[in-house]
Amino acid sequence: MTPLAPISNSARVVLGILFFVLFFAAWSFATFGGYVSATFLADPLTMLMEGWLLLVKQGFAFDIGITIWRVLGGFVMAALLAVPIGILMGAYKPIEAFLEPFVSFARYLPASAFIPLLILWAGIGEMQKLLVIFIGSVFQIVLMVAVTVGGVRRDLVEAALTLGARDRGILARVLVPASAPAIAEIARLVLGWAWTYVIIAELIGSSSGIGHMITDSQALLATGQIIFGILVIGVIGLISDYLFKSANRWLFPWSLA
Amino acid sequence: MSRLSIDNLSRVFPGMRGGAPTRALEPTNLGVGDNDFVTILGPSGCGKSTLLRLVAGLDRPTSGRILLDGRPVSAPGPDRGMVFQSYTLFPWLTVADNIAFGLREKGVEAAVRAATVDAWIERIGLAGFAHHYPKQLSGGMQQRTAIARALANDPAILLLDEPFGALDNQTRALMQEMLLGIWERDAKTVLFVTHDIEEAIFLASRVVVMSARPGRIKADLRIDLPHPRHYTIKTSAEFSALKARLTEEIRAEAVLAAAAH
Repeated sequence: MTPLAPISNSARVVLGILFFVLFFAAWSFATFGGYVSATFLADPLTMLMEGWLLLVKQGFAFDIGITIWRVLGGFVMAALLAVPIGILMGAYKPIEAFLEPFVSFARYLPASAFIPLLILWAGIGEMQKLLVIFIGSVFQIVLMVAVTVGGVRRDLVEAALTLGARDRGILARVLVPASAPAIAEIARLVLGWAWTYVIIAELIGSSSGIGHMITDSQALLATGQIIFGILVIGVIGLISDYLFKSANRWLFPWSLA
Repeated sequence: MSRLSIDNLSRVFPGMRGGAPTRALEPTNLGVGDNDFVTILGPSGCGKSTLLRLVAGLDRPTSGRILLDGRPVSAPGPDRGMVFQSYTLFPWLTVADNIAFGLREKGVEAAVRAATVDAWIERIGLAGFAHHYPKQLSGGMQQRTAIARALANDPAILLLDEPFGALDNQTRALMQEMLLGIWERDAKTVLFVTHDIEEAIFLASRVVVMSARPGRIKADLRIDLPHPRHYTIKTSAEFSALKARLTEEIRAEAVLAAAAH
């Protein structure tokens, strides 16, 4: 193999699929071969069967829907607040000096540690789940957007200044468009983290959602269902990643070659 | 009447981590007349870019002042268009939108804007590339667009900071001819920074030679080669004599600069 040498598209797809095949082969080998007790790890077929039953008999599709809604709801709330604040912080140094120390501190507060407090404040309804995701995402987005906007190429700003752009023109027509692709990339990344928070929120004090199903299955020793739930999250993540990437390609054709 | 006048302009950069301050530009006087094409020639690190950035208003002088048509310069503005050495087209805008940027900031109405942009695209030979993004263009095409972007704004003076420095020799020669053609037709006041002697002579009506750090003006030479200038002039005896003279001036400075670094 030559470092950095490109490979053909078909080879890329085949290699990507190959890992999944190996993964399932190793799993099958361990479970069907009897090396691991079925109590601790279900085999792939049992997992698929239990998953099917979950979907058709126990309304798991509703759980999936409610979890997606929570992730998107909390994430959108966080992004709507955090992106403008991050842009202002990146653009205006006094705002950065004012907010940056607090946001840096708040960023390290684990969202999961807020769950007991949020249950006291907001009960165990939807708002509590949304708030967990909101707290987990908002500070991260603010900081990363601020760094991105603050790092916009200085010579582009200078070029705009010599063309007569003033403060708001620089912000609206240089800083924002220049950082837009990176902000979209930040959103994609943080949405991935939001999936971790939602499951934690659903493991505690919840009566619906993928996380709730996973805790229930644990009580029933249904490892197949647990694994199915985890895989569903993985598949949704894959799909949302793909959607984000295509949206970025469509929105920012200029950032690609 | 002098369009641009630079009086006792100096710039000292404060020392980093307690080091000695850098005297980038010694107190300098320079007058640039209406429709003059002045090239500032000097080795790297001689403060010529600092001088240009001060005129653009992108940097503040330590002392002295700059007057453009009698008004002091204190901040960047559309009356001083600038072309940078690095590629500074806005990557999210097409060629046409890049050229229209300054007009849009000024609030020029769309129809007038479009007409100006079309005319400039035609003049820089980029017809058919109006809707291309900068990434899809070669270096030479990008710098041509950058020149059109600055000139579409109709600035009082055009500042160029080694705009062809990153281009290959052949492209650079073509760009020089294009820029000179625009100047010969539009009669603009131009301040052009370069370290290329041939480029400095070919373009200029006046060459200003700057000395190595601390930067100051060492020589000021009128170039009386006839216009319109054809590239073949570069092989004329007159051109060679100018080149020999400036090579001597620059060489002494380059030796000093190399010793100081």
